[in-house]
Amino acid sequence: MLAIAPALPLHEAGKYVAGAYVVLFAIVLIYVAIMAVRLSRIERELGDLLKRSERSTEAQSPPPERESTLA
Amino acid sequence: MYGRGLRTLSITTVAVMAIALGLVFFYAPLEAEQGFLQKIFYVHVPLAIVALCGFVAGGLMAIQHLRTRDPRWDMRSYVAIHMSLIFAVATLITGSIWAKGSWGHWWVWSEPTLVSFLIVFLLYATYQPLRFAIEDPERQGRYASVFAILAGAFVPLNFLAVRLSTEYLHPRVLGSSSNLPAKMQLTFLVSLLGIALLYLTLCKYELTAKHTRAQLRALRRRLAGESVEGAAPRGRSAAPHLALSPSASASTPRSA
Amino acid sequence: MRRTVAALLRKELLVELRTLESVPGMSLFAVTTFVVFHFALNQNSVSGDEAAGILWVTLLFAAMLGVNRLFVADQDQGGFDAFLLAPVDRSAMLLAKALALLAYLIVLELVAVPAFGLLLLGPSLSQALPDLLVVLLLADLGIAVIGTLVAALAVRTRARDLLGALLALPLLVPVVIGGARATSPLLGLTHAASPPIRWLLTLGLYDLVFGLIAYAVFDFLLED
Repeated sequence: MLAIAPALPLHEAGKYVAGAYVVLFAIVLIYVAIMAVRLSRIERELGDLLKRSERSTEAQSPPPERESTLA
Repeated sequence: MYGRGLRTLSITTVAVMAIALGLVFFYAPLEAEQGFLQKIFYVHVPLAIVALCGFVAGGLMAIQHLRTRDPRWDMRSYVAIHMSLIFAVATLITGSIWAKGSWGHWWVWSEPTLVSFLIVFLLYATYQPLRFAIEDPERQGRYASVFAILAGAFVPLNFLAVRLSTEYLHPRVLGSSSNLPAKMQLTFLVSLLGIALLYLTLCKYELTAKHTRAQLRALRRRLAGESVEGAAPRGRSAAPHLALSPSASASTPRSA
Repeated sequence: MRRTVAALLRKELLVELRTLESVPGMSLFAVTTFVVFHFALNQNSVSGDEAAGILWVTLLFAAMLGVNRLFVADQDQGGFDAFLLAPVDRSAMLLAKALALLAYLIVLELVAVPAFGLLLLGPSLSQALPDLLVVLLLADLGIAVIGTLVAALAVRTRARDLLGALLALPLLVPVVIGGARATSPLLGLTHAASPPIRWLLTLGLYDLVFGLIAYAVFDFLLED
């Protein structure tokens, strides 16, 4: 393969490489953040439903146990 | 249950990615022409490969959805395409960074992978608006599946066409993954595995979250049947939803 | 099946002949676009890559106009329901509509290509014409298949015109690539070279793959 562009000096190239890997990192972190928001919303809703079911006078089956995958 | 195995999967992903990063920066030799900049190859190309496979997988799952009418396949197809779109954007960004480092331009038309990805991105960016524009959930899933199949078949054809058209302009600037020395090959394969596992983990994560929300909604509907404050009416949404309790089931499965 | 397709096609063409909804608009659009290009590029004549590019972009966008209108009448006036009630193979509608769109494209090109030769093209068309016709036909098949599918997809949605073009354009990029690359040597400044076979093969492959997929998938669009 012909050398088309001269190799950048290390400190120059380092910025670009870092940038590229930061992109990858950022995806994962942004996703974690989105999941965190969702999780807190789910927690809130579950708590809400729990209160509602407790309030209800008729006997109800308890909310289904969420299968714990993070035991 | 979607969440089963999620822990194992994510731990494996973390391990493999850590190993991959180590290999990239401490094991793989510096490339002759591009020097340190070439290290981007280990993140850009795996992202590209995984995104492409994800799009095609989304199309295959869509075929299953049309064949079985099981909304779970629609859900899987939706998540696969969604995640692949994100990975495609990442491919474009990392490729652009690489191009800037190599050529001094943020965009180069001579790199067929980047160009193909731009087109594929533009196509799949319409997936969500298409879904959102159809209100009936059953039809939404059906039309989205048709689109996913069409687009999934398009991806390889598009690659072929773009490759053919750029071949004579310049030799590949950003390098191909063949003729690599053994150390680089190993690093590349491990990186590829890491990114693939990352993709699968994120997809599984997403499916579990959606399923949980669906369960919550079903529960809410159940409870609402016994109290005055009912569940909020379902607004328009682009995401497929799973009907979980028989009373809330929107459509009966049709015979194919 | 053949009779159904023939009957549907006849209906399409008759409606088009009577209402003249699509084809005159498409043709006029193409000619106007050539004028716009003259002013936009500030060129009196073009050849080679430039000429191929202008021709294909114009044809593509004119085709979009036709695609947008393809199913509108059926959607608005209940043609879908009537068709679904009939005991016929649903793919017949795909074939009929695609053939109709192909016909519109051919008429479009009968107007647009001579107009292009007259207004903008530097070299003469006469030598290139037979090869050009082959390229146009191959590309038209692809546009017709994808156009029909996308039109069927988009017509039932809320933003039908917008979505139709947004879906079709990326899908048709390989057709543009194949068409433009194949046409460019035909419109060369000095002489008309024959198009490289690879582009004809690409167009052919595209037509085949999407033709088959369209046939397999179209039924699912018509279910309700």
